[in-house]
Amino acid sequence: MAKKKKVALKSDKIKFLVFCLVVLLAPLPFAKGYLSNVLIFVGVNSMLALGLNLLLGYAGQISLGQAAFFGLGAYGSGVLTTQFTMNPWLAMVLVAVSVALFAFLIGFPVLKLKGHYLAMATLGVGIIANIAFNETVDLTGGPSGLSGIPNLSIGGFTFDNDLKNYYLVWGFALVAILLSLNLVNSRVGRGLRAIHDSEVAARVMGVNARIMKVQVFTFSALISALAGSLYAHVVTFISPTSFSFAVSVELLTMVVIGGLGSVYGSILGALLLTLLPELLRAFQDFDIIVYGLLLISMTIYLPGGLVRGIPELFRRLVPARRGNA
Amino acid sequence: MRKLLSTCLVGFSLILAASQAFAAAPIKIGALFAVTGPASFLGEPERNTAVMVVDEINRAGGIHGQKIELITYDTGGDATKAVQLANKLIKNDHVVAIIGPSTTGDTMAVIPVVEKAQIPMISCAAGIKITDPVKKWVFKTAQNDSLAVARIFEELRKERKTKVAILTVSDSFGASGREQLKAQARRYGIDIVVDDTYGPKDTDMTAQLTKIRGSHAQAVICWGTNPGPAVVARNAKQLGLTIPVYMSHGVSSKKFIELAGDAAEGIRLPTGKVLVADLLPKSDKQKASLQAFIRDYKKHYRTEGDHFGGHAWDAMMLLKEAISRGATTPAAIRGQIEATRGFAGIGGVFTYSAKDHAGLNKDAFVLVEVRKKGWTLVK
Repeated sequence: MAKKKKVALKSDKIKFLVFCLVVLLAPLPFAKGYLSNVLIFVGVNSMLALGLNLLLGYAGQISLGQAAFFGLGAYGSGVLTTQFTMNPWLAMVLVAVSVALFAFLIGFPVLKLKGHYLAMATLGVGIIANIAFNETVDLTGGPSGLSGIPNLSIGGFTFDNDLKNYYLVWGFALVAILLSLNLVNSRVGRGLRAIHDSEVAARVMGVNARIMKVQVFTFSALISALAGSLYAHVVTFISPTSFSFAVSVELLTMVVIGGLGSVYGSILGALLLTLLPELLRAFQDFDIIVYGLLLISMTIYLPGGLVRGIPELFRRLVPARRGNA
Repeated sequence: MRKLLSTCLVGFSLILAASQAFAAAPIKIGALFAVTGPASFLGEPERNTAVMVVDEINRAGGIHGQKIELITYDTGGDATKAVQLANKLIKNDHVVAIIGPSTTGDTMAVIPVVEKAQIPMISCAAGIKITDPVKKWVFKTAQNDSLAVARIFEELRKERKTKVAILTVSDSFGASGREQLKAQARRYGIDIVVDDTYGPKDTDMTAQLTKIRGSHAQAVICWGTNPGPAVVARNAKQLGLTIPVYMSHGVSSKKFIELAGDAAEGIRLPTGKVLVADLLPKSDKQKASLQAFIRDYKKHYRTEGDHFGGHAWDAMMLLKEAISRGATTPAAIRGQIEATRGFAGIGGVFTYSAKDHAGLNKDAFVLVEVRKKGWTLVK
């Protein structure tokens, strides 16, 4: 048993290293094109989807308000660096910690709720945050947005082009992925899955469900806030529409399409949902219809998400073809 | 099935290859419009107009024999997407200039991208922040909100009304209007006695209007885009509000009269001249452009062109003028746009300079009143 576990861990490590290599090399063929720019947003969305997947896929707690933490991160960094000329890195840390604290505090009452009520409560958090971004005009610039956010820099090195920003964002994303992989393979991860299956059973077995749910909620908010800060410094402009309810739903779609309860599934979902609309532009005015049809067929034919569905489909198709020949 | 698919694919690629082989290096112009999403009422007529203008230029033999290729993308009113697509236009499609985006948010998001890549952009959005402070590569054709505010306040001063209530929508259009209303009030000796807002999706404004009825306001100014202001008009009528109601140029289309029905009667608003082209005196410099635009739009799309489409018409025509004066590189095109003097378009008479990339003065707006489901000029 112990030996088997060790082997599993080793293959996990190899998987992660291969993934790192892919991330490292991915933008090189597109370095001059706009795809490297799209891949930055794949990185941001990966962090967001990962945060939601830990909560929804592992702990089984739905959140329709992830855009709130994303937005708080972005606006926190944006406001502190433009209105108060704070050091961007310091602002990023400060904002991430405050957002995590905020999530921790609202986590206790919110996560007491279950099912539809939990969905409603998190939806409320998302909408309240969006209204706040819109209405605090003096601070956030209101609906017309906040511009002039500086790029990040270390010493004299400024992250001012797509390729540099790609490595910046994915650097953060890889750390988030590594932490998440460790988390889900730990005692906490097993606890979360137990809560997912049956909260009552988990509590009977000695899992402190209440604290654990709040902890994973906080961690998820932390990742989202960091993604928000990165987004603000990469785009250098933010407006409330980028953190609306629609974004929360898009994140949910990424997680479901990619694969619930799978770290790499979140990345795959983010990659697909960010890249697909770009690839479908060839269909001109019909792109939205094709996009919708693809999403529908994926949910029907790959119910476990891409991460499980693709190998499954492959296994089903390969013998079938052999049979035909 | 697979065979059919591959035949289709081969066919498509042949057609693509053929069409590319015959075209002799066209001038590539990019366009970003919010054709879908909440701002589609802007993006759709803008895209239609841009396509129409390019069609006509090409049918007439292009500019100095060079055809124009218009590459349009739909931002969906999403700032992140607008940034990606601007990058795509610049890095993959190698356009020499960009027209659009449709909304202030999209435009503000794209500005850092075009400034860095040094590609001229003519935005079709109205927000004052776009060209104030002036950005080297960014121009705009939509009239500043400040000009519309000035037009209303001028009328109020003429009628010696000094106390007004303002009711603005909480989106970028309303926020910008509110800012301008408050900023300019003092200059016209006007006192804002009620300052209220409503949400873009609100369906009842009775509460705000009741508050206004109880105040000493002598006029109401509502700042929003459809459908909110139509609700305000209806509620005002239901409440028997007797003071005059002013709207913004955001509702200057037939759609507003349709939505508000009888409640629209007597409402006044500043608008670009496209709505009242036929009522304008012959001496008006814009009349020829306006009538050409309206005629063409009707011929192409069988509906009436509005001033949103007009923003794209102006942007495309400004580019055409700049290119026909011999500019081909992005830098030269930018220089020629900035050198535009007295170009009579749809939104007004444009005169750009190094210090002014908005190009219009308050003559761009006329004040109209709704009478018998139509527009009449207020003199």
